Amino acid sequence: MRLFNRIWSRTFSYIILLAFTAFFVVPVIWLLFAPFKTDHNLVFENPFALGTLGNLFHAAHVMFTFEDYALLNWLKNSAIYSFGGIAIALICSIPAGYGLAHTQFIGRRTLLGVTLFVMIMPATALVLPLFLEANAVHAVGTPLAVILPFSFFPFGVYLAYIFYSSSVPKDLLAAARIDGCNEWDVFRRIALPLARPIIALVTFFAFVANWNNFFLPFVMLPNSSNYPLPIGLQDLLSATPAFNPGQGGQVPIYRPELAIATIVAMAPVMIVFLFAQRSLVSGLLAGATKE
Amino acid sequence: MKSAVSREASTPLDTTDSLTPTLRRKRKKGVAGYAFVSGYFVLLILFGVLPAAYAIVLAFTASGGHFTGLTNFIKTGEDFRFLPAFENVGKYLLIWLGSLVVIVLGLALMLHSIARRVSAAFRFIFYLPGALAGAASVLVWLFMLDPTVSPWRLFLGVFGFKNLGQTILPGHLPLIFAIIAFWAGAGGWIVVTYGALNNIPNELIEAAQLDGAGAIQTALRIKLPLIKKWIVFMLILAFAAGTQLFVEPQLVGEASLGLISPTWSPNELAYYFAFQDNNFNYAAAISVDLLVIGLLCAAVLVFRTKLFEVE
Repeated sequence: MRLFNRIWSRTFSYIILLAFTAFFVVPVIWLLFAPFKTDHNLVFENPFALGTLGNLFHAAHVMFTFEDYALLNWLKNSAIYSFGGIAIALICSIPAGYGLAHTQFIGRRTLLGVTLFVMIMPATALVLPLFLEANAVHAVGTPLAVILPFSFFPFGVYLAYIFYSSSVPKDLLAAARIDGCNEWDVFRRIALPLARPIIALVTFFAFVANWNNFFLPFVMLPNSSNYPLPIGLQDLLSATPAFNPGQGGQVPIYRPELAIATIVAMAPVMIVFLFAQRSLVSGLLAGATKE
Repeated sequence: MKSAVSREASTPLDTTDSLTPTLRRKRKKGVAGYAFVSGYFVLLILFGVLPAAYAIVLAFTASGGHFTGLTNFIKTGEDFRFLPAFENVGKYLLIWLGSLVVIVLGLALMLHSIARRVSAAFRFIFYLPGALAGAASVLVWLFMLDPTVSPWRLFLGVFGFKNLGQTILPGHLPLIFAIIAFWAGAGGWIVVTYGALNNIPNELIEAAQLDGAGAIQTALRIKLPLIKKWIVFMLILAFAAGTQLFVEPQLVGEASLGLISPTWSPNELAYYFAFQDNNFNYAAAISVDLLVIGLLCAAVLVFRTKLFEVE
């Protein structure tokens, strides 16, 4: 009876898990298949029918050459904003995490507390205030209006702080000081080389956040030539007759082309995910895994 | 700034100095500490504190700059779009948080009871759509919700939806946004919850089983109470982020032929005040409303749950 129960509940678990697998995966598979088909195929054929390479090349050609390679320009913008933000965030947050963990100064605890607060608060809450600020100094429309707010990444400081305070013993640093290192040398020669895993982690989280950010660039960058990919997608959506046959102008952007643009927008994050797979499923919860 | 500090810090330790060595070291370390946090501190002031302070100033003044007290808050609160926006987001949050509690916890518990390697594959698959957060996820779901092309078209047909316009009727939006949020965000929470479940000592679970507890009883009476603080953590973060809804209604509105209000969510309303009405004071007032909600959430997490070790 007991055994029967266990088998039954296990089967039940797997049925549920497989059902949710379908829920999570089918949209991704559909998206990857869509560019191989024509808009007509998408409507009148089996949703999982295979398309042709010819369709893919046609849709890709239309999408990439659209408005003088706008998609590639958005991709370039996204890369500049994301990595510009990450670079400054790393330069500032790694030393800050180290300083908070291993040096004493007045206001240290306050700074830690404030960091915790701004880290938990959703970044979106500050977007309009940031716009008002940027507007006051006439910075709206410049790439820096996006890159600089991106570079303020308190979560990165917190991750670096946790890393340095839990994984780098004070004695190690004290030993270096006795050997004649000054504070800067201790950081540069001991703490910084140890920080490799935390640099990877901060880069990962900052990249996903920056790449997918919509609201901030949406208010800061009014010109199409400055758009990052997410705003570009919205631009395509408003121009395409794909969802509303009556709406939109004469643009030749239909569902296969839109699917390509969506794939281009998500591909970099997806690639990062695949590379980070192992640490993602096990160690996303830094410090909370059982050792 | 940095050079001055390193010059100070690189002077050799001189024990003949009037200060004792320990005192000297302490002082030097203090200066070094400031140098290490200086870059981050500047960013924190410029892009965290200053915009918030500026928004507060704007929220309490009129366009001429004179102090107006709570007028902006009252005026925006009385606006006919204000309550519906918060109501919309409230309905969405109810569904989204409900699904987090029931489905995410359920899935995490199931994954925790099967073989580790199999569960790792499931966890990765569930986490994968997170790559399509934001605008991309909305576009994918516009395809999924369009009965003419959706792979779920049979399912949508059961409900009688024949075109996208029928699926994305305004009344359906809270549910639709919750589905999108779940699709892109549940995987991450499943991974977090699974990690928390993994932290429960095996002895506890074995003891419960020896005492005759079945899988469901172990889950409800042992596992869930032990990860309570992570559940609270998840709910508060999801709530705080959910109040900020912007890209979803914005993009779905774009595809809806104007059926969906451009002020569907509070953030959209603030955006509308700033960009359509050029009323930055009203926009700031709503931003401050939302900031206060975020701040309260953060305060609860920091002071009540002790999840974040600061020392």
